[in-house]
Amino acid sequence: MGVRAYPVVLPVDGVQKLIDLLRGRGLPVVGPTPRDGVIVHAPITSLADLPTGTGDDQAPGRYRLRARGDGALFGYAVPASSWKHLFLPPREVLLGDGPATDPVPVALFGVRSCDLAALDLHDRALLRRPAVDVRYARRRQGTVVVAVTCTEPSAMCFCAGLRTGPEPSAGYDVRLTELTDGGHRFLAVPGTPLGEDLLAEAGWDPAAARDVEAAADAVRDAAGRMRRAPRLDGLREDLYGAADLPHWEQVGSRCLACAGCTLVCPTCFCTTVEDTSGVRGEDARRIRVWDSCFTAAFSYLHGGSVRESIASRYRQWITHKFATWTDQFGVLGCVGCGRCTTWCPAGIDLLAELAAVRGLSAPPGDRRVTDGTETG
Amino acid sequence: MTTQEVPAPSAADPSTDPMRPRPFRLLAHRFDTDDTVTVRLEPVDGVPLAFEAGQYTMIGMLGAGEVPISISGDPAVPDLLQHTIRDVGGVTHALVRARPGDLVGVRGPYGRGWSVMDGAGGDVVLVAGGIGLAPLRPALLEILAHRHRFGRVVVLYGARTPADILYADTLDSWRSDGVDVAEIVDYGPPGYRGRVGRVTTLVPRAGFDPANTLALVCGPEIMMRYAAAALADRGVPPGRIRLSLERNMKCGIGLCGHCQLRELFICTDGPVLPWSRVEALLRVKEV
Ligand SMILES: Cc1cc2nc3c(=O)[nH]c(=O)nc-3n(C[C@H](O)[C@H](O)[C@H](O)COP(=O)(O)OP(=O)(O)OC[C@H]3O[C@@H](n4cnc5c(N)ncnc54)[C@H](O)[C@@H]3O)c2cc1C
Ligand code: SF4
Ligand code: SF4
Repeated sequence: MGVRAYPVVLPVDGVQKLIDLLRGRGLPVVGPTPRDGVIVHAPITSLADLPTGTGDDQAPGRYRLRARGDGALFGYAVPASSWKHLFLPPREVLLGDGPATDPVPVALFGVRSCDLAALDLHDRALLRRPAVDVRYARRRQGTVVVAVTCTEPSAMCFCAGLRTGPEPSAGYDVRLTELTDGGHRFLAVPGTPLGEDLLAEAGWDPAAARDVEAAADAVRDAAGRMRRAPRLDGLREDLYGAADLPHWEQVGSRCLACAGCTLVCPTCFCTTVEDTSGVRGEDARRIRVWDSCFTAAFSYLHGGSVRESIASRYRQWITHKFATWTDQFGVLGCVGCGRCTTWCPAGIDLLAELAAVRGLSAPPGDRRVTDGTETG
Repeated sequence: MTTQEVPAPSAADPSTDPMRPRPFRLLAHRFDTDDTVTVRLEPVDGVPLAFEAGQYTMIGMLGAGEVPISISGDPAVPDLLQHTIRDVGGVTHALVRARPGDLVGVRGPYGRGWSVMDGAGGDVVLVAGGIGLAPLRPALLEILAHRHRFGRVVVLYGARTPADILYADTLDSWRSDGVDVAEIVDYGPPGYRGRVGRVTTLVPRAGFDPANTLALVCGPEIMMRYAAAALADRGVPPGRIRLSLERNMKCGIGLCGHCQLRELFICTDGPVLPWSRVEALLRVKEV
């Protein structure tokens, strides 16, 4: 089909066609779907699996779904789960008998900008390294990405401040921006030749100027609603300089060391290895599982843990995200998805802690405060 | 990311899986002390494990676990893998109990070593505490293989008690090879005639020219900090004082995240690192 100008417009059933086309190419499609009162990423087969008409409210230690009263397919912010379990499973057999894993490429449907950035961070940590994580590499091969622009950020989101969102800028095959005013439709842009083919086969309409403007407005509006952001200049130096601050004890006394934040975080990649066997040594296996710097075992050496105190573990975590990642991989280790704060049972707000250790004050009583650029 | 951007490792070939150990057969097993054993191993596939002094392997047995252990053998004899292992817990206990003929799994060698030849043309001081002598042994063997290229070679070795002294007869043979060896113990039994005290107390009087010395230090972290400070006090440049650091390690290749010391992955950036690089980091509590 000749030369065309993107973006184009897909009707709602064109989005269903995208799913069908991906499945038709033999790709399992994984996307957002409601389950037990939260939205998770799980296999989907049709639009009926999506959390249509659902919104979410997120706050430190709080996540609730609500009815939006419209038919929006993507009217919520980041789901509870990220995508990392697809490529770095919570548990996998390294040696010994286990389920034979011959991974097939997967299609990710509805990837938020922050989570797309997080995929790139995992690629940096596990793939673009002198020693490659071959299991991750195998699962990651051939991944197809249908990204979605975030137009409904939660109160915990801060991708705009980290420049990882709200509009996906790279790394997708197709990008969709949902438009609900003046007819439910999607502005679509391909990112790869595969994306072009998919859009052509799904059947697009030319985009009108008002479609393009409506999408740009939605992006600007979403970014404008994200009032939280860490101040980026001096971040690394501030954290390195803050290693001895008493504030770590204060946050350490609130943190339960439950490791929840590291499990929901799309960029946390630490794993441990465990051997198991029967009493007579039969069925020996070596298993790799997600690990967390919040546990005492994480830094255990003969004689004790390097990080005995919870304060030192919290410091390790936040210093890794906002300082050492930059040294190790050239970028911040946080993409601003807000999950760690939403899912912390103690309601510990990462940005408020960051502000506190940097000596940037927060208005009293406001837990959603950040480092100076704003109040929530 | 999309298909095109993902490099294609030949992951289907299991031999490229860095988490898959190579089988080694245990040839010999010798108790150095009550709780420490030196094992000699040969690769079942016959491919020698070439290494640099100061590197380690991830060694273990399926079902028991896998741990980082420094190579204690001679870098000039790569077809014989040697490790000196202290029995302190689950995995090391299983390794210490292995007997000739048993198979163990080995990955590596990993990490950055001592780069001993940087010290050629000057003096070398090796400061060891306890099992820390094991990772230094390959360095000393490398020095002895090029003895004429070094000035004075000094070994300062601290052990808990006289019974904990490793490689006792080897120490004597090093002496006859022109190495100045001084042992010291934390606790001597009644009537013990040797030196008693901390190994760091030997640094100020040892015979070497500080400005022209390469110092290699291995032992418990606290001992290494005091030893490095004492060496620096004597005038050894902090960039010429090297420590072999120890952290929990699960992969050895920079992927598991366990061994981080602030921005450093000890498994790949180390384990040997200069004092100038780590002094400030090691002063922070629980970092
Ligand atoms: C670079 C480096 C070089 C070293 N060189 C030497 C050396 O030359 N000689 C020496 O004696 N020691 C050496 N060590 C220390 C040695 O690695 C530890 O003593 C060893 O890890 C202790 O393991 P353990 O299981 O016996 O002890 P434990 O105290 O029982 O366990 C310590 C760790 O072993 C692992 N582990 C235990 N059980 C399991 C299991 N079931 N499955 C998987 N993992 C398990 C875990 O990581 C655990 O945190 C070195 C350490 C490093 C980092
Ligand atoms: S640290 Fe928190 S906000 Fe940042 S990527 Fe991880 S879960 Fe998201
Ligand atoms: S910060 Fe919150 S989620 Fe993370 S370990 Fe502490 S209590 Fe758990």
